[in-house]
Amino acid sequence: MGFENVIAFIFLYYLRRQLKTKEIPERWRQPINYGLIIVVSLAILAGSGLVNDLLLKFLSILLISYIVYNIFTHPEFSGTKSLVYAALPLIAVSLIRDIFELAMPEFFKTWDKVFDVASFFAFIWLVAMYITYRKQKKALLAEKIKALEREKEFQITQTLKAKLEVDVAERTAELVKQKEELEKALEELKSAQAQLIQSEKMASLGELTAGIAHEIQNPLNFVNNFSEVSQELIDEMHQELESGDLEEVKAIALDIKQNLEKIHHHGSRADNIVKGMLLHSRSSLGEKTPTDINMLADEYLRLSYHGLRAKDKSFNADFKTDFETNLPKINIVPQDIGRVMLNLINNAFYAVNDQRKKAENSDFKPSVTVNTSMNEKENKIIIKIADNGPGIPKQMKDKIFQPFFTTKPTGQGTGLGLSLSYDIVKAHGGELKVESPAKEGKGLPTLSNGQAGTVFIVTLPI
Amino acid sequence: MKFLVVDDEKDVELLFQQKLRKEIRNGSIELKFAFSGNEALEIMEKSESEEVMYIFSDINMPGMTGLELLDKLKAKFPQIPVSMISAYGDAENYEKAIELGAKEFFVKPINFENLKVELNKIIEDKEPKKE
Ligand SMILES: Nc1ncnc2c1ncn2[C@@H]1O[C@H](COP(=O)(O)OP(=O)(O)O)[C@@H](O)[C@H]1O
Ligand SMILES: [Mg+2]
Repeated sequence: MGFENVIAFIFLYYLRRQLKTKEIPERWRQPINYGLIIVVSLAILAGSGLVNDLLLKFLSILLISYIVYNIFTHPEFSGTKSLVYAALPLIAVSLIRDIFELAMPEFFKTWDKVFDVASFFAFIWLVAMYITYRKQKKALLAEKIKALEREKEFQITQTLKAKLEVDVAERTAELVKQKEELEKALEELKSAQAQLIQSEKMASLGELTAGIAHEIQNPLNFVNNFSEVSQELIDEMHQELESGDLEEVKAIALDIKQNLEKIHHHGSRADNIVKGMLLHSRSSLGEKTPTDINMLADEYLRLSYHGLRAKDKSFNADFKTDFETNLPKINIVPQDIGRVMLNLINNAFYAVNDQRKKAENSDFKPSVTVNTSMNEKENKIIIKIADNGPGIPKQMKDKIFQPFFTTKPTGQGTGLGLSLSYDIVKAHGGELKVESPAKEGKGLPTLSNGQAGTVFIVTLPI
Repeated sequence: MKFLVVDDEKDVELLFQQKLRKEIRNGSIELKFAFSGNEALEIMEKSESEEVMYIFSDINMPGMTGLELLDKLKAKFPQIPVSMISAYGDAENYEKAIELGAKEFFVKPINFENLKVELNKIIEDKEPKKE
């Protein structure tokens, strides 16, 4: 018998396997199954010898031709084509052999061996082709797997990329939100700072009110007293006119004139204090005006002293001024520099009062001095506020200018005084420095044992 | 009859001189001034013989306060009456002053009518003794 049936079986079997791997559409399942049944039936029939050999051969050839035809004409079988090529010589040899066997049995018998050899080579060909086919198929599969893997990787990177994009978007949104929150916080901080500065101003104004009351009351008393006494003097003057004592009349007139000057002087003193108080509480930016530093220092020294006195009856300290009388007026914002002086003087009074309470020996004389001088070479005015208090420990000196640093009990210190003072002096192009323990010098308090003393030095350009 | 007035406000001198102009002119009183507690003590120590009869002192002064001065005066010159003058008519200052032996307690602005009454009392008290 020929190889047609075997080859047909192999083809069909092969196609069936491809059905399983979905390389071939499902609609071919039935034809392939039928084909297999037919092949197997043909083989059984051929083996049994019941049916005419010729007919079976013919059917087998028909079947294999039909299969080969279909494989070549339908693109879905392109994968099996190479297998068909491999088998083609064998099919051809088998066909020719069958034809000769049937048509020229004599000829066939003599050339029988040739057909056998041809069959053998066709078979070798088939095997060789099959092996290369398998190899190719394997390579293809590997390629395919690689491609699939690449596809998979691509998918993964794609999803990763998408996820990353989402992440980035999320992070960006978060950052934007954070930025907005920070901006808001900054705004709030700024307004809190402004409020703090304002409340520090108000707190120091509160400290001042008692001093202000005293400082206004005193000149007002003088105004009242001097105007009253002037009225009395005028009455006396009338009497003296009547009695004709012109010398006395002249003397009284002179006194009245002097009294009117005093009234004017004390009136302006009160006026200045009220103006200063208004300036001090004002939150808007102050304007620079030519200012007499000595007058400003004197005013705030008195305000501070009387303020502290009125608040704390046990408080007392001596204060002295040592002013350079020929100071030129300098261009400053008076209420700002006034605040600096007030802070420094208040601190100094606090320090000496503290020392007085601690020392408890009657020898200690709490004393605060304000000294002004001029450095003509460098065109500077120097204001020194000195005390004979406990001084400032070395390790604390850097910290005192920091906002909120205070060693005072709550309610007595905000810790803002020096930091604000520093900023104000800096804004005026000047310098604020501290010396502690204080060196003794002209116009500074004398120190005795146990008193380190502190000097704050404000330098302002002329 | 010598009086000492202690106040850190210098214009007080002028005011007292004018208010007591007549009394000064007719020689019934003589005024001395000190502008701090220390100065007052110095004057007192030097002029003991000149016999200051009466002292008026402000309370609110830098350095030595009027109350501290009062304390020191009372220790050294217990026979001389001292009256206090204060800008604050508060109970605390008043009680402290009386406790330390102040004779009178005047509140600023000074009512010179009352002050003169006080002065005349002193003068009258002293004059019969002299005679
Ligand atoms: N003259 C001084 N002598 C001793 N210590 C001082 C003096 N001035 C300032 N200090 C110290 O510096 C700190 C900060 O001062 P400041 O900024 O004015 O705030 P505050 O007075 O509200 O405490 C004070 O608490 C005090 O410890
Ligand atoms: Mg302070």
